[in-house]
Amino acid sequence: MNSLTKDLFHFLKPKNELENQGEFAENHPYIPEELWIKCPVCKNAVLSSDLMENHKVCPKCGYHFRVAARQRIEMTVDEGTFCEMDGEMNSTNIIDFPDYEKKLKSAKLSSGENESVITGTAKIGGEDAVIAVMNSQFMMGSMGTVTGEKITRAFEYATQHRLPVIIFTVSGGARMQEGILSLMQMAKTSGAVKLHSDAGLLYITVLTDPTTGGVTASFAMEGDIILSEPHALIGFAGPRVIEQTIRQKLPKDFQSAEFLLEKGFIDAVVPRNEMKDTLARLIRYHSETITEEEKDV
Amino acid sequence: MSAYDNVTAARANDRPTSVDYIKRIFGDSFFELHGDRRFADDKAVIGGIAELNGKPVTVIGLEKGRNLKERMERNFGSAHPEGYRKALRLMKQAEKFHRPVICFVDTSGAYCGIGAEERGQGQAIAENLMEMMTLKTPILSIFIGEGGSGGALALAVADEVWMLENAIYSVISPEGCASILWKDSSKTAEASECLKLTAQDLFKLGVIERIIREPRDMESRLFDSLKNLIADTFEKKSAIAPEKLVELRYNRFRKY
Repeated sequence: MNSLTKDLFHFLKPKNELENQGEFAENHPYIPEELWIKCPVCKNAVLSSDLMENHKVCPKCGYHFRVAARQRIEMTVDEGTFCEMDGEMNSTNIIDFPDYEKKLKSAKLSSGENESVITGTAKIGGEDAVIAVMNSQFMMGSMGTVTGEKITRAFEYATQHRLPVIIFTVSGGARMQEGILSLMQMAKTSGAVKLHSDAGLLYITVLTDPTTGGVTASFAMEGDIILSEPHALIGFAGPRVIEQTIRQKLPKDFQSAEFLLEKGFIDAVVPRNEMKDTLARLIRYHSETITEEEKDV
Repeated sequence: MSAYDNVTAARANDRPTSVDYIKRIFGDSFFELHGDRRFADDKAVIGGIAELNGKPVTVIGLEKGRNLKERMERNFGSAHPEGYRKALRLMKQAEKFHRPVICFVDTSGAYCGIGAEERGQGQAIAENLMEMMTLKTPILSIFIGEGGSGGALALAVADEVWMLENAIYSVISPEGCASILWKDSSKTAEASECLKLTAQDLFKLGVIERIIREPRDMESRLFDSLKNLIADTFEKKSAIAPEKLVELRYNRFRKY
């Protein structure tokens, strides 16, 4: 092959959407214990207590810091109403992938959770719902078989009990360490979403920074209503993978929530401080008037 | 044969592509249908209607092209969102007219580029997964070469998935896996082993129903025997009530 055709090959050779794993870890610090936090966008120092009070949104510039799943649940559901499902489920090294056990162990330690998603039932603004919240601190929210299973069970429970489903997504995509079985979770979860949808029930997704790969290409994009936090990065392929494929720099704000809104792929960009009220309102618009007798059946 | 030999064989330029399978199995009965009715006609996806033993079937294939010119035209078999939307349009059409769907899968993955993102690559694949799960007509997917991640799965939410002996099916390319895992994309052979991407591995994992032997002389017997196998399978699947078929398909994927 001469150098020109070789170049061409490289130029056109598509990369897999998973190849951006680990791309997002760096520039988005979690809020540490210190008193003063420097906002990575406006560079202002913010008092950590002020930041917490403001749902981890910079009071100066509105930058949304990443939020761990438990805190997300806390700020979204009515106090004391969250009831976790399948919290004890654990991933195992199903295809004998090198060092996967070690990775799982350190993910559990750093996140304090068993998996990359927490599921359960709760009330939001007084309305019953099933909620699933992904966790970027657990292997960048990657989707393994347990992640897929928990989400599928959450949908099946919601279908059975005629409840709406709310999912907060954050993910680098499918989990490479579980090979093809992680890919199968995309089909499995999509099937559960479809049955829930065919039953006439509401599904709202809230895309948070970053949502990419196999999660974008499955349940994240299957909501009846798709919301996003401001400036969240949302895409199929990660920006670095695209830049490597097309060999050019991407325009600023490419794959941002605002960009997707403009392109017609999400319904609304909702600031974190308005998210709970927005969700409560949307659920209320879809709540079914069920008589007491029907409830008993 | 190592897993990496399999990867090389699956990607070999002289391997028959979807166009070859369509020609050899369906002959002149294939009538190509173009476009997604929304944006464009994606040449990485070929689709249409054909006859199999006198009965109409919908045929869809990811097509890499057989020489450099064709490969460039077909974007090396990497579809844009409009390719997946064309496939879904044809599947919905198949459901309407009660004919089975056969998909030939051969792609390194869905395309990663600016246009693909702007037009919702993730959304297009997601919609296929959802809609295929409850499509009320039989679907059979055959992996003839490379099965690259979500871009392959978008044509493989099927009642049965078969693989050619030397085809591969993987969540990520071995190169991508190696560069993430060992920060060294040259360790492709090791990564190929780890990912369990060969037909044998996937059969053991219960991800595929059948491995299609590849005769030394691919041209000779492969297509005839495949034709009979496909016809038999469609006959069996068509005898199942559509609701039952959909339930079986859901359970097929529910078990993973």
